[in-house]
Amino acid sequence: MQRIGVFVCWCGSNIAATVDVDRVVEAVKTDPNVVHAENYQYMCSEAGQKLIRDAITEHQLTGIVVCSCSPRMHEQTFRKTAEAAGLNQYMVEIANIREQCSWIHKDKDEGTEKAIILARAAIAKVCLNAPLQPGQSKVVKRALIIGGGIAGIQSAIDIADAGYKVDIVERTPTIGGKMAQLDKTFPTLDCASCIVTPKMVECAQHPNITIYAYSEVEEVKGFVGNFNVKIRKKARYVDETKCTGCAVCTEKCPSRKGRNEFNCGLDTRGAVYIPFAQAIPNVATIDATNCLHFKTGKCGICAKNCSANAIDFEQKDEIFEEQYGAIVVATGYQISDVTKFDEYQYTKHPDVVTSLELERLMNAAGPSKGVLVKPSDGKHPHDIVFIQCVGSRDISGRGKCYCSKICCMYTAKHAMLIREKYPDVNVHVFYIDVRTPGKNFDEFYRRAVEQYNVDYIKGMVGKVYENEKGGLTVQAVDLISNERVMLDTDMVVLAAAIEPSDGVKHIASMLTASIDTNNFLTEAHPKLRPVESPTAGVFLSGVCQGPKDIPETVSQAGAAAVKVVGLLAKDYLVTNPCTAHTDETMCNGCSSCERVCPYGAISYIDKEVMDKGVREVRRIAQVNGALCQGCGACTVACPSGAMDLKGFSNKQIMAEVDAICK
Amino acid sequence: MIYSYFPGCTLKAKAQDLDTYGRKAAEALGVTLEEIPEWQCCGAVYQQATDEIATKLSSVRALNAAKEKGQPLVTICSACHHVIKRVNEDMKENEDMILRANNYLKFDEPYHGETEVIHYLEMLRDKIGFDKIKEAVVNPLKGKKIAAYYGCLLLRPSKVMQFDDPENPTIIEDFIKAIGAEPVVYPFRNECCGGYQTITDKDQSDRFANKVIDSAKMKGAEMIITACPLCLYNLKQNTRDIPVVYFTELLAEALGVKEQEG
Repeated sequence: MQRIGVFVCWCGSNIAATVDVDRVVEAVKTDPNVVHAENYQYMCSEAGQKLIRDAITEHQLTGIVVCSCSPRMHEQTFRKTAEAAGLNQYMVEIANIREQCSWIHKDKDEGTEKAIILARAAIAKVCLNAPLQPGQSKVVKRALIIGGGIAGIQSAIDIADAGYKVDIVERTPTIGGKMAQLDKTFPTLDCASCIVTPKMVECAQHPNITIYAYSEVEEVKGFVGNFNVKIRKKARYVDETKCTGCAVCTEKCPSRKGRNEFNCGLDTRGAVYIPFAQAIPNVATIDATNCLHFKTGKCGICAKNCSANAIDFEQKDEIFEEQYGAIVVATGYQISDVTKFDEYQYTKHPDVVTSLELERLMNAAGPSKGVLVKPSDGKHPHDIVFIQCVGSRDISGRGKCYCSKICCMYTAKHAMLIREKYPDVNVHVFYIDVRTPGKNFDEFYRRAVEQYNVDYIKGMVGKVYENEKGGLTVQAVDLISNERVMLDTDMVVLAAAIEPSDGVKHIASMLTASIDTNNFLTEAHPKLRPVESPTAGVFLSGVCQGPKDIPETVSQAGAAAVKVVGLLAKDYLVTNPCTAHTDETMCNGCSSCERVCPYGAISYIDKEVMDKGVREVRRIAQVNGALCQGCGACTVACPSGAMDLKGFSNKQIMAEVDAICK
Repeated sequence: MIYSYFPGCTLKAKAQDLDTYGRKAAEALGVTLEEIPEWQCCGAVYQQATDEIATKLSSVRALNAAKEKGQPLVTICSACHHVIKRVNEDMKENEDMILRANNYLKFDEPYHGETEVIHYLEMLRDKIGFDKIKEAVVNPLKGKKIAAYYGCLLLRPSKVMQFDDPENPTIIEDFIKAIGAEPVVYPFRNECCGGYQTITDKDQSDRFANKVIDSAKMKGAEMIITACPLCLYNLKQNTRDIPVVYFTELLAEALGVKEQEG
């Protein structure tokens, strides 16, 4: 017979308002295994924990059940409490009577009934618990950063400065990300390149940082402290060790039809290219789809002109493996598809551009050398209309339901920069709301309105169309005067919604890190653990977690780095003892468990087994306890019931079900 | 394929072309349209008042007739389609309307929005398929630049009508391609024609209609097609130099059945 203690928490009024805690205590006392039960206002407080410790000693308890909030909140707290009183920490069960009971019920009788049932299930389970001992696993002192934008760069520098090795894997030929494409940054209007390129250089020169540009993560195995990652270094067809970045090849290349990604496709580039002058690594890349050599087998002008002899048409993708203790996801964002909003004529008229395209048009290193011109005819525009929330805060089902957060500020920035540089240009901004929370942000926006006379109009644009004069007409509504607005203009700029980069879904599934309905990575706790993924050892940096501007991204990147450093500073991690194991006499070697295991923890061996007095060699599943994360997928996949999970055995689960159904 | 068919009053009077050519074309495509016996006016305008029910009952009657035959209900007139589709959605979701309409009409079995309501264009797109229509075309309207005029009734409210993207629709352009012609995409194809304003404020409806016509002409259209009798009326009132016809007429022409005896 077990000696179980039950502790019912009020959680102030969170539980006690909907659950009669006295009745729960009385009800559980009738269970023959329960020798002690009581309730208290805040069981997680020091006074509450003392109640538990004292009861364990006084009643010589062999197991305890705490009826309180979700185990995600305080399971660790109560395990430590039990351990302090000399009880094995795995002899603790939590009955979640807050999130799964009091918070979702209104009727107190019903809530109380349910709380009693949940408590009974936990009692039934804890009676079958066995003391478990956690093991240890070694921590690999190296971090992987996926994505080399400002988020990844900042996390890398911070981790490297703390003395740990960091690898950045970036899928494009250079690090720098979206920030390198920007012209100026709000609210200080300092030049984006001038602040990001020195950081890129710092990464390249840091003895602890290795950059794998034009590379992608191919496979992730292992677990916190010990990830095993396969990285594909894509063939650049240029030997990085030889290329000096002189760019002669990029000038001589006769194929000029490549879409210049760095300039958002506003101009073209050669098939061999360096994305921009300050690229890191500063080496050329050949894009095989546009290269004449790969198309026709001829040409080779780049190779003839390369004094460093760096062109290598025979280069192949390379895959290598590396171990990491922690992984930071910093995959950033992309501009969402504005073609779904073609009432604004983006696909039909060249003078309708996205805000990022405008950044390139305004940038001294952009296609027009920083002179603002209409893409259609290269002429100076006299009137520009900005449309905010294109695809953000969308209720039509074509865009995103969320606010992209950065657009109000960068639109104010664009409007101001244009008015500053070209006072003859009229600038109009159509908006739903102007949202400018942030240090010096609202002052910035007001400057655009008051000092630069930018014409802000509250209302959405219905459509944009080409008028008889060849210009554009914007049809909208002014919600303040409640009048229809018809505006003739020369250019329309769409503040398009931002969304997580398209590769993030694949990366998240490799990392078993969860994502939300908008493909943003989910944090472990929205308030208290904002830079950690619920998957141990995976950290979040930048817009992959949610829309944010540069200052916020840099802060979050630093926070993620601190979490990584905290992990890498440990030599060993305590491992979860709730792992799967095989009943050798029941396993028939079918491989079902191996196929469903997301951690690669199951392998097969041929082993001599004694079964009903017969000795024979059988193929048997074997679980690597260091790799197993106790997810339980194998236990349900096993057709013969040979797989079981410590701490969550089939018997325990059935006992819970029985207790609920009694 | 056999469908129940609701022509509506305009198609029996002013818009006979829409009906006649629609039937001929359907026949050529192997579709039988069975006119609902003793159908009554759809109600003409979908009443916004939440307690308005009398004007919606005739639609429910037509819907129930199709249900009893176990057939989807096909409409051609934009206004009829708009009203019947919205009433059908009400009969699926609006408890008050379901109760009151059924209490009043006393069918053998209560009606709960079971009938699938499809517009003729949706039938072409979703039931027959534009590629099948392309195959059936004997007289492709090659090189003809045609502007689709959607109006508002088929598209909005988009969540109920589920017809096409209300801002960037493609169904009529796809139809134009299927009959071998060249669609002209112009910005005012989904703007209002002026609607019933033509009775009370003709100047205003003329302004609206002219915008649509000018916009289509500017993009090089040689002809405008529509599915709506009121749109056709308003556009025709304001133009002499560009023909405005029903889409069914062009379909019948392309299928080679336009001149047959009806």
